[in-house]
Amino acid sequence: MIPRSDAVTRHETIYSTPTDRELVITRTFDAPRSLVWTVFTDAKHVPNWHIGPAGFTMPICEIDLRPGGVFRYVWRTPQGREFTATGVYREIDPPKRLVYATSNNGHEQTSTTTFTEEDGRTTVTVELLFPNKTVRDQGIPYAKVGTEANYARLDQYLAAHI
Amino acid sequence: MADQLSLAFSALADPTRRAILARLANGECTVGELAKPFAMSGPAVSKHLRVLERAGLVARGRDAQRRPVRLLAAPIKEVAEWADGYRAFWDASYNRLDAYLNHLMSERRNDDPPK
Repeated sequence: MIPRSDAVTRHETIYSTPTDRELVITRTFDAPRSLVWTVFTDAKHVPNWHIGPAGFTMPICEIDLRPGGVFRYVWRTPQGREFTATGVYREIDPPKRLVYATSNNGHEQTSTTTFTEEDGRTTVTVELLFPNKTVRDQGIPYAKVGTEANYARLDQYLAAHI
Repeated sequence: MADQLSLAFSALADPTRRAILARLANGECTVGELAKPFAMSGPAVSKHLRVLERAGLVARGRDAQRRPVRLLAAPIKEVAEWADGYRAFWDASYNRLDAYLNHLMSERRNDDPPK
């Protein structure tokens, strides 16, 4: 069993869009880099956390961690719909840097994940580079999975007025 | 020209500007009325309003005296839909990962042989 998450230190997730083809997601974890690298790159661990909102699962997780190796993630929504992400690893430099390419409707997209450690904490930076703005905005499957309370007041407004 | 979504996204990155938009969701108001709850000067609020105006998130009225500010909803809707998908996915995943890492580290400690 995974313990209740409210007892755990939680750092803020920072989202930025340096250009209209990029999305950068930065987050710090209170864990050593070697362990964070493992949970990002080992198929035994990924389905235990990289599954989005409550109720989602990852019934298939295949990772062939070598340059040219393929990964395949299949997520299942609470409604039973499935989303698949597959990609090819381009660079693997454990436990520091991971580059992979994914394909979306024939458009290739490159993502770079870097892991830095300071004082026993690890900061993970995920840089998503989209082939064009349209693909970025589609963001499948991530853009399809519901809402969150970050823009809580705006959400209230949207619910009431749009 | 930077695309509308990027402008809106960076305008929304600031909590004061989000609070201004939330206030405008209740109806249009003047710069003075906006400044009051934020304990900010008129010029400071005007600076935020210029960013929001450039992003197409607010518009100023024609009334020369009051120049009331009102919210324009379309870009917010676009940003909210786009950004919330990613946020919903990554925030939930990362919050779960905090707990999972904690769990793995306590398992490791328990596995250590007694000294």
